[in-house]
Amino acid sequence: MQAQMKNQPSSVLNDELREQLMQPDEITGSEILLRSLLLQGVECVFGYPGGAVLYIYDAMHDNPHFKHLLTRHEQGAIHAADGYARSTGKVGVCIATSGPGATNLVTGIATANMDSVPLVVITGNVFTTAIGTDAFQEADITGITLPITKHSYLVKKAEDLSSVIQEAFHIASTGRKGPVLIDIPKDVSANKAIFNPLPSVNIRGYHPTVMPNKLQVNRLVEAIQQAERPVILAGNGVIHADADQALLQFANTTNIPVTTTLLGIGGFPSNHELWLGMPGMHGTYAANHAIQNCDLLIGIGARFDDRVTMNTKGFAPKATIAHIDVDPAEIGKTLETAIPCVGDIKHVLEYANKKVERANTDAWVQKVQTWKKEYPLSFADSEEELKPQYVISMINDTTDGEAIITTDVGQHQMWVAQYYQFNHPRSLITSGGLGTMGFGFPAAVGAQMADRNRLVISINGDGGMQMCAQELAICAIHNIPVKVVVINNGVLGMVRQWQEIIYDERYSHINLEGSPDFVKLAEAYGVRGLRASNKAEAAEVWKQALDINGPVLIEFCVSQSENVYPMVTQGKTIDQMIMGDEQ
Amino acid sequence: MKQEKYTISILVNNQPGVLQRVAGLFARRGYNIESITVGSSEEQGLSRMIIVTTGDDKIVEQISKQLYKLIDVIKVVELSSNSTVSRELALIKVGIEVEQRQQIFGIVETFRASVVDVGSKTMMVQVVGGTDKVDAMIELLKPFGITGLSRTGVTALRRGLSQQKTN
Repeated sequence: MQAQMKNQPSSVLNDELREQLMQPDEITGSEILLRSLLLQGVECVFGYPGGAVLYIYDAMHDNPHFKHLLTRHEQGAIHAADGYARSTGKVGVCIATSGPGATNLVTGIATANMDSVPLVVITGNVFTTAIGTDAFQEADITGITLPITKHSYLVKKAEDLSSVIQEAFHIASTGRKGPVLIDIPKDVSANKAIFNPLPSVNIRGYHPTVMPNKLQVNRLVEAIQQAERPVILAGNGVIHADADQALLQFANTTNIPVTTTLLGIGGFPSNHELWLGMPGMHGTYAANHAIQNCDLLIGIGARFDDRVTMNTKGFAPKATIAHIDVDPAEIGKTLETAIPCVGDIKHVLEYANKKVERANTDAWVQKVQTWKKEYPLSFADSEEELKPQYVISMINDTTDGEAIITTDVGQHQMWVAQYYQFNHPRSLITSGGLGTMGFGFPAAVGAQMADRNRLVISINGDGGMQMCAQELAICAIHNIPVKVVVINNGVLGMVRQWQEIIYDERYSHINLEGSPDFVKLAEAYGVRGLRASNKAEAAEVWKQALDINGPVLIEFCVSQSENVYPMVTQGKTIDQMIMGDEQ
Repeated sequence: MKQEKYTISILVNNQPGVLQRVAGLFARRGYNIESITVGSSEEQGLSRMIIVTTGDDKIVEQISKQLYKLIDVIKVVELSSNSTVSRELALIKVGIEVEQRQQIFGIVETFRASVVDVGSKTMMVQVVGGTDKVDAMIELLKPFGITGLSRTGVTALRRGLSQQKTN
């Protein structure tokens, strides 16, 4: 049953192999693709075969170096590639056939695009001669994905393939990262061409800003010295730029409190006394009130998303806005920005760190510390019912905040953000921008494929778990040891919460009655299944789960009526918070 | 904020799908396109698109930044009217009787336009100029009964030596 993993990734690329792969042989487009991917250092590709990619899969068949993981749905493949990319910082790669294979990737592409995840997405297409004829399994996937990719290619000739792949990896992994799609018609993958990779990639219309304008950074430094109540709002960009250490130094030196957005969580240690928690709709009192009362708000790799700002007109009303971002289009998009710093966040912060001094913030830091102490996150625990927040806290306590946690979307996602104490970048993997249900579990598979020895926990609701549950099969076959947690409250919890609070308790289509027995479902796939309905059972089965050397699904049956608090409803400013049920 | 007309010159790779990328960006982000023209530029392999849009300074700045995010976009320049020559061409067909022909020729002459086709009951006029001039020409021909009208949209180029450098 627990057979040795056949597809365990490892960096197979050494000098000898590189030289062998670089030979200018006349080979098929499929072989060019595989060689190019290997030369990019790709360790594992997630995919699903079909008619238009048969030549590519045929080339894989006797390629001893190429690792491919067959998922059970294209959506599983792309979310796994996404989880791999988010957990490692490397480019994730997935492959699907034309038509429905390609369109099944669309949600995953949009997910990656919203969260700036570097992916190279390979799709097959029908023969070039059949394109445009409504051929069997034809879909205009470059057209369909135009608004949700960073860039895309429809390759017309086998001789273009190697340079296109090089460009795609370059574009995906530099500047503001994102998914790049390469559509390969069947004849292009069959035709032969001389393998001739470029010595270096140079794309005329693509020059992301790396080094910041020093005058702007100097203005930021000056503003910090003058500020009395500054706050740092750190986002996803900090993690994408590997700038967590630079941020830590920046905050420590200046003594400025830090709030991290959902996707910024882990970019700053949550056990640090300057950390305020997450801001926004379900943010902490301290974070939201710090933003509303600050005189200088320094956005770092955060895009002032509507779930953070809520009512933008009343957001940070007393603050001068400074914004550090690699994407110039983010500056001023939502908020009037006084101090724009465009550049790679790590470079910007490292330059700033040479200049900044401790700011005059002692009284302010003391104030926000008081908020942190007086208004901590809390929930009404119970001995009768198992509370979802309790389960997350238990998982946190038993793993010392050291695991990689992937989440799905909804209440459990917010509770993870609130009650799991992340201290490392790339340890929370969650669909922030698009809010994709069904993302969490396959993303965990991808993260686990990147590091077999890391503890990877996938936390899901009972709704989202049913959107990509089929990937339990690959966990079983390859013994991918993901701990799959299902927080089962029997309803679509976040929708229920809104219907309760905003729609006068008119509960419309949220009942998930008829869900499978999750323990039996897991076991049907050959994955261990465990269940807990109270605190004692929870502790017991969770301990058991952690001891299992392989995949395991743990269902926690929790109370149905829990809401995520604090909560800011639409149209309100972030300091107009509902703190709990009583209020 | 006040909505004004802006002319944006975009130098792009002459690749399949580029027009779709640019037009799609405008549609998706809710920017308006009054007119769009595309043709070859001074450099082989690059096309120049001229888009006339309405908005304010902030919107035009966002448009420019978003356009630069497209890999196939090489250069974006907002063309202010005083340093730019902008022209469009219109073909206007009017249904007329033979005795009205001289009137049309009279109008055409004052506009330095030209008659490009004469039929037994129609005349086709070609006018080249700024948008205002073309609008005025159309107004003048309206009383005769316009039976066909086709405008190219604005194309434009900056005056003098400071022509758009292409990186």
